[in-house]
Amino acid sequence: MRIQFKTSYNDDIRLFEDGWSLSVYSVLLFVAIALPFIINDFYLGEMTNVLIWAIAGLGLMLLTGQTGQASLGHAAFLALGCYSNVILIEQGVPFILAFPLAGIITGIIGTLIAFPALRLHGVYLAIATIALSILADDIIVLLEPWTGGVSGKFPVPIDIFGFEIERWTMPTRFYYLVLVVTLITTLFYRNLLRSPLGRAFAAVRDSEVSAMAMGVHIARTKATSFGISCGITGLAGALMGYYAGAFNNETFSLVISIQLLMMIVIGGLGSIHGAFFGAFVIAFLPQALSILTKSISSDNVTIPGLESGVFAAILVLFILFEPMGIYGRWLKIRTWFELFPFARKDMFRRQKSYLKTERLR
Amino acid sequence: MVIPQLLVSGLANGCVYGLIALGFVLIYKATEAVNFAQGDFMMIGAFITLGLTNAEYMGLPFWLSAPLAIGIMAVLGYLLDYLILRHLFGQSQTAVVILTIALGFVLRFVAGFIWGHIPQSLESPLSVGEVRLGDVVLGMADIAIIGMTLLLTLLLYLFFQRTKLGLAMQAASQNQMAAYYMGIPVRRVQGMVWGLAGAVAAVAGILYASKGAVDPNAGLLGIKAFAAAVIGGFGSLPGALVGGLIVGVIEPFASYYMPAGYSQIAPYAVLLFVLIFMPHGLFSQVRTKKV
Amino acid sequence: MSLLEINNATLKFGGVVAVNDLSFAVEEGEVYAIVGPNGAGKSTVFNLISRFYDPFAGSFRFDGKDLLKRKPDQIADLGIARTFQNIELFDHATVLQNLLIGRHRHRRSNFVQEMLFAPKVRRAELVNRAAVEQVIDFLDLQPYRNKMIAGLPYGVRKVVELGRALASGPKLLLLDEPASGLSVEETQDMRWWIDDIRKQMGITVLMVEHDMGLVSSVSDRVLALADGAKLAEGTPAEVQSNPAVIEAYLGAGAA
Repeated sequence: MRIQFKTSYNDDIRLFEDGWSLSVYSVLLFVAIALPFIINDFYLGEMTNVLIWAIAGLGLMLLTGQTGQASLGHAAFLALGCYSNVILIEQGVPFILAFPLAGIITGIIGTLIAFPALRLHGVYLAIATIALSILADDIIVLLEPWTGGVSGKFPVPIDIFGFEIERWTMPTRFYYLVLVVTLITTLFYRNLLRSPLGRAFAAVRDSEVSAMAMGVHIARTKATSFGISCGITGLAGALMGYYAGAFNNETFSLVISIQLLMMIVIGGLGSIHGAFFGAFVIAFLPQALSILTKSISSDNVTIPGLESGVFAAILVLFILFEPMGIYGRWLKIRTWFELFPFARKDMFRRQKSYLKTERLR
Repeated sequence: MVIPQLLVSGLANGCVYGLIALGFVLIYKATEAVNFAQGDFMMIGAFITLGLTNAEYMGLPFWLSAPLAIGIMAVLGYLLDYLILRHLFGQSQTAVVILTIALGFVLRFVAGFIWGHIPQSLESPLSVGEVRLGDVVLGMADIAIIGMTLLLTLLLYLFFQRTKLGLAMQAASQNQMAAYYMGIPVRRVQGMVWGLAGAVAAVAGILYASKGAVDPNAGLLGIKAFAAAVIGGFGSLPGALVGGLIVGVIEPFASYYMPAGYSQIAPYAVLLFVLIFMPHGLFSQVRTKKV
Repeated sequence: MSLLEINNATLKFGGVVAVNDLSFAVEEGEVYAIVGPNGAGKSTVFNLISRFYDPFAGSFRFDGKDLLKRKPDQIADLGIARTFQNIELFDHATVLQNLLIGRHRHRRSNFVQEMLFAPKVRRAELVNRAAVEQVIDFLDLQPYRNKMIAGLPYGVRKVVELGRALASGPKLLLLDEPASGLSVEETQDMRWWIDDIRKQMGITVLMVEHDMGLVSSVSDRVLALADGAKLAEGTPAEVQSNPAVIEAYLGAGAA
């Protein structure tokens, strides 16, 4: 077990706990940068997909994991980010402005939507966001002059001061773009967690009354969380548009919203790691399943609903046996090795808890 | 004579939504959990009946297979609670929400695997015949649906208000620990409610499949039923029915009077409207927490 | 002028009168205790001061400011901190994070600055950490600093909640049954802390408590409530010997 001696308050505020974790993450970053030279274009594309999902996951994680508000409508914000980015570029705004603007627009609209949604709790919020996700599909069709309706849109290649990035012909460049966005998002997320707002999120999640008594403005805090969450999700949506190469009203469906939520639960709610772990599962599951079905039967049969069925089954198993997700399991394994041979089984036992009615607020 | 005809078809659809919503409310009342898979329960109930009744499967008589299917669904509901949901005892509502959504996906996959993805109709005696009242045509299925729904809502309402078990179910949801100490076998009570919800879903499924075709995605109807339950205020059984009828009636009128593209938005628009102005539905049961 | 002045406060829940025409004042630097049987409206008085409930009638002034003009989340900013009868901590956060949330009223940065972790945010965080560390020293919470609340014993949680209130640097501390559920030793610690909070930190304390031993040893003045109305007010000894109080506690005829 590593023991750290803290000598200044800065030690607790630093981005990385200690030299060891700093070096671990440096190695990880180095691998991420070197990846295009290690794996082929197909798997690089898959890794890009993982990172895009991870950004979207971070967006939802902020709302669900940190602030405790489950949203089943985040695909609507993926769509909003995606369409606003492409429409801005079509209006002649350069990518370098249009991309962050897409995030900001999504964030602002998210905040506006948040205000009525804020009064809703638990299940009601979940249902309202489901309705939002379904409505987004219809609204995209109704706004055909801007969105292209059912026939959809194709994003033009990215142009940053004459430096061109295209997803199919230049996968390495696109990967680096996504990597940069991922790193910036993760840094912002981490900063929020170590500052007053991040703690206010946790306060709202765990006890609204005492958060209020501590001077936290509940509605404003939730709206801020919703806004930042939607902003990040919007950025992921813009990248998803490029990654897909074409999109229409059905690209960002309710199923995507649900998958996004399932993903962060599988990864581990309330942690940055969770978003990344979950993204790996969601991006590589189709690959794994197609390899598996091919090995069972020689002819190429596709079983409809198999992917979402298996994904959902994995989620059920996680909620039953490891509610803290992959990240929770990872922490336990790490602790076990650190303490070896002194780890005891009941160290990780869950506390017995009882549910009280949510009809009392 | 457009309006009465629209009204009748809306009421019949609304009753199906109401029946599914009844399942949501049952489980919510007794376990404080929300079963997002209730629509898929209905779909499975419909398929089980269809599998027992239709000639190309088992070919049993309808009046034998219908109660059988209801029984199977009740057992299935109980088992689902026993094997899966019971392990979530005490965890947050959100965990249950996500879990049941996932279960819905699994059920949809299983149904597609067994019965295929082509829509099929139930060979049901309820689907033949019609009654004319002036210019309004009432299908037998519509009458059966409306009658069954009213009856079931009334029975369940009385069950919760009058019987000891019904009261125990309510107590178990509102404070698990206190209910425990009062000698209520909380876990067993919750299992029974899941069984009951399964049976109600089977009834909804049978009626739904008598009226039209069913396929594995029929469970997505649950989302509209959800809107119904929310409009009704979630904790209230009559509220669920009223909510179901509201959603059911809005649909045919919206598609008749509104341009295409806007009409399918209508139920959700109403849902959002209700949630914004009455955040806890028309028949609210939410109170302020005491500290 | 008193630090906290409550005049003619009345609150009704439906037909039930929870607080009935209650007036009292807490002077700066004193420990003021409210006692009374269950359901006498003690916690309700706290919830009125916290603005969780809107009073039916009455005036609430703190430090010369009208509390009724503030929203619940603006009360902390005036310098009023509180604990809860049934402990309302942030269960999925560490002790340190809980105490830091107590510092929330001192936040002067916006979310953009925090996202970038601007130098201003870092400076404020260092100040927060230093303040919280003093509370940790004062309450001997060092062993629990990085522990999750969810796994802590009841007695420790009670202390953490006191710490969270202290971390906000209040002028007035509202303690809702600080000793309920504590062992004899823990109650003894609580007694010393309340004494030190008043003497060393100069914080005024208003508390609701059942334990008459604790009340009589730490408080300067006591208010006895019954059915939401004032029964007696005075030094602990005066109130304890008041016939009306004895009757309310022990029933008619006991006096």
